[in-house]
Amino acid sequence: MDALPETLAPSPPAGGWLIETRDLSRHYPSGEGVVKALDGVDTTIAPGEFVAAMGPSGSGKSTFLNLIGCLDQPTRGTYRLAGEDVSRLPPDRLAELRGRKIGFVFQSFHLLPRSDALTNVAMPLMYRGVPRRIRRDRAVMALERVGLGQRIHHTPSQLSGGQQQRVAIARALATGPELLLADEPTGALDSRTGLEIMALFQALNRAGVSILCVTHDADVAAFAGRTLRFRDGKLFEDTRYPPVDAAAMLGVPFA
Amino acid sequence: MNELSPAKAAPAPATEALPQPLPPLPPARSGLSLGEAAFAALSALAANKLRAALTSLGIFIGVAAVIVTVAVGAGARQQVLSQIQSLGANLLLVWGANVRLGGVSLGAGQRPNMSWDDAQAIPREIPSVEVAAGTIRQQMQVVNGNQNWSTWVNGTDPAWFVAHEWQVAEGRFFTEEEAAGGRKVVLIGQTVAENLFGDENPVGREVRVRATPFEVIGVLGRKGQNPMGQDQDDVVVMPYWTARRSVMGASRAFARAVGSISVKVHEGESMADVEEQLRQFFRQRHRVAANEPDTVNIRNLSEIAATRDASARTLSLLLAAVAAVSLLVGGIGVMNIMLVSVTERTREIGLRLAVGARRRDILRQFLLEAVLLALLGGAAGVLVGIGLAHGMSAWGGWPVLIQWDAVGLAVAVSGLTGLFFGYWPARRAAKLDPIVALRHE
Repeated sequence: MDALPETLAPSPPAGGWLIETRDLSRHYPSGEGVVKALDGVDTTIAPGEFVAAMGPSGSGKSTFLNLIGCLDQPTRGTYRLAGEDVSRLPPDRLAELRGRKIGFVFQSFHLLPRSDALTNVAMPLMYRGVPRRIRRDRAVMALERVGLGQRIHHTPSQLSGGQQQRVAIARALATGPELLLADEPTGALDSRTGLEIMALFQALNRAGVSILCVTHDADVAAFAGRTLRFRDGKLFEDTRYPPVDAAAMLGVPFA
Repeated sequence: MNELSPAKAAPAPATEALPQPLPPLPPARSGLSLGEAAFAALSALAANKLRAALTSLGIFIGVAAVIVTVAVGAGARQQVLSQIQSLGANLLLVWGANVRLGGVSLGAGQRPNMSWDDAQAIPREIPSVEVAAGTIRQQMQVVNGNQNWSTWVNGTDPAWFVAHEWQVAEGRFFTEEEAAGGRKVVLIGQTVAENLFGDENPVGREVRVRATPFEVIGVLGRKGQNPMGQDQDDVVVMPYWTARRSVMGASRAFARAVGSISVKVHEGESMADVEEQLRQFFRQRHRVAANEPDTVNIRNLSEIAATRDASARTLSLLLAAVAAVSLLVGGIGVMNIMLVSVTERTREIGLRLAVGARRRDILRQFLLEAVLLALLGGAAGVLVGIGLAHGMSAWGGWPVLIQWDAVGLAVAVSGLTGLFFGYWPARRAAKLDPIVALRHE
C-alpha cells in the first residue's frame, strides 16, 4: 500500500511545495513493542490546496495532523514546511513556526471562556510580539472576514456554536498563516451549521488559503478537492475530485 | 487596513468583508513582552478575585506583621536611645551603700559617706574619668510670689551639667567663681519654670528657697522622662556651697558630704573598667577590710535603658518569627492555588502553546501570576501594616517609627516568595505537551 505517485502533481509548483513529507513516521515505544502511529508517509501538498485527511480512529490521521502542525516531531523521515525542513527543531522554534505559519481550528473551538471574541482572536498575536493597537486592528479584520464584525465584544457563552467556531477560524487567520489546520471542525456542530463552516472554509480556500482538514466524515471530505486516506498508520489512498460546493447546498452566496 | 484586501474592489453583498486571507503581518520582535505577560497574569487573577484575595491573605498577614513589628521595635529603640541621650552618655552614678549602724540597716544613701573631696579626687586618680560632680539633693518648696512648687533642689558642681549633658534653654549656667563663692543663683527646670512663672521668662527673676531669695540665672533645656518614668525637668540646680550654707543647713559632721557623685567616663573607655576602678577607689578611701562589703553602689544608667532595648528586641524577634512563618504558609498557599490553576487551565495552556506560545512564555505568564498574587498581598500588607502602626501610636500610645527600608524589604520578600513558590507550578505549565494538554478534559 504505497502512496500512489501517479496521483501526485508531477512537478513542484512555481513557489515550491507547501508541504513535503518523505518517509514521515511517528513511532511510540509501548511495552516490549513499538506502536507505529504513522509509518513512512510520502506526500506533497501545493499552496492553495484544500485537502481532507480521513480514516478511522487509530489510522494515523491525527498523528499526521500533529506532525504537520509542528505540535509533534517525527521519529523518522523528513517534513518540509514551505521549503524549510522542520523535522528536527527545538520546541521553542516549533512554537514560533506554529505562531507564524499555521492556524489551528479545533473540534471543540478552544476559546478562552471569559474573554470576548476580540481578545480571543488577538491572543496568538501577543506571542508574536505584535503591539496592542495592531493586534486589535488585525483581530477586527479577521472577525469581519468570518462575518462576526458586529459581535467582537461577545464572549463565547453569548455566541452560538457556529459563531464560536467562526471566532476560532478568525483566530487562526489573524496571524496570516500559510496553512489552516482543522481537526474535525464540524464535529461539535449540527449539520446546517457545519455546512456553513465548510462554506466559509471553501470561500477562504478560493481566496488562496491552504487548508488541511482532518475528519472521519466522508460528507465533510467531499468539500475538499483531495482526500488522503489513512489506515494503520499508512497513507493508502490519495484521490483528487471536484469538490461539492457547500454554499450552493446552503443556497447562500458566500463568495 | 481594508484597502490591502482585494475584496474591497469586488461588490460585496454585506458591509462585512468577504472571507479573505489577511495581509501578511509585518515582521515583529518575536515573543511575549513582560508587560503583556503581566497584563495576561492580571486578567487571570481578576477572573478569580475571591480566590486571589484568599490566597494572598497569608502573605498579607506576614507583611503587615513585619511592618508593625519593625515599626514598634524601631520606635522602642528610638525612645530608649533618646532616653540614654537625656541621661547623659557614659555616665556612672555613685551612691552611698546601705549603711549598717550597730546592726541596724539605715537604707541606701541615708547616711552620706562620700565627700565633696572624694568627687574632686576622682578625675585625678582615675584618668579614664572626664568629670565627676558631687551632688546633694533634697526635696524643697520653691516660691515665686504667690506660686509655690515642691521640687528636687540639687547643690552641685558646674561639672554636673557636663556629666548629665544639660543644655540651657534661657540664660546661662553658673560659673566656677559663683560656685566657689556660694552665690545665691539657681537654674530651674522646664517643669518648675512652667509652674512658677507660666509663660513669663524666669531669667533675672527671684525665687525663694526656704525663705532665702535666689536669682534665676537660667532655665534648663527639656529632657523629658528618664527610663524609670521620673520627670527630669522637675529640678532646681544651685552651686554646692550655696546649698550647703544657705538652704540645707547640715550638721558639722556632714559639712562636706555629698549624696551622690555623677561620673562621666571619657568616650571609648570601658564603663565596666571604670566602675571597678571606682569601687577600688572608695574601698581604699574608706579603708574597707577585704571581707567587708562595698561602701558605695555604682549604677550604669544606660545599662538600665539597654535592658529595656533588649526586651523590645526580643519581642521584635518573636514577631519576626511569626511573620516568617506567615510568609512561608502564604507562599505554600500561593503554590497550592497555582497548581490548581495550572490543572484547571491545562486546555488553555495547550491552546496557547498551539498558537505559538513558547515554553518560556508560558513559564513567564504563570510565574508573573504567582509573583503578582504575592505582591498584591504584600502591598495590602504594607498599607494595613502602616495603618496599624499609626493606630497603635495614636490610640495605644506606643512609640512607633515606620522603617521605609523594612517596608521595601517586606515587599521584595513577598515578591520573592511568589517567585520561589510559583516557579514549580509555572514549570509544570510550561512543560505540558501541547497535544496532551489540548485533549485534557
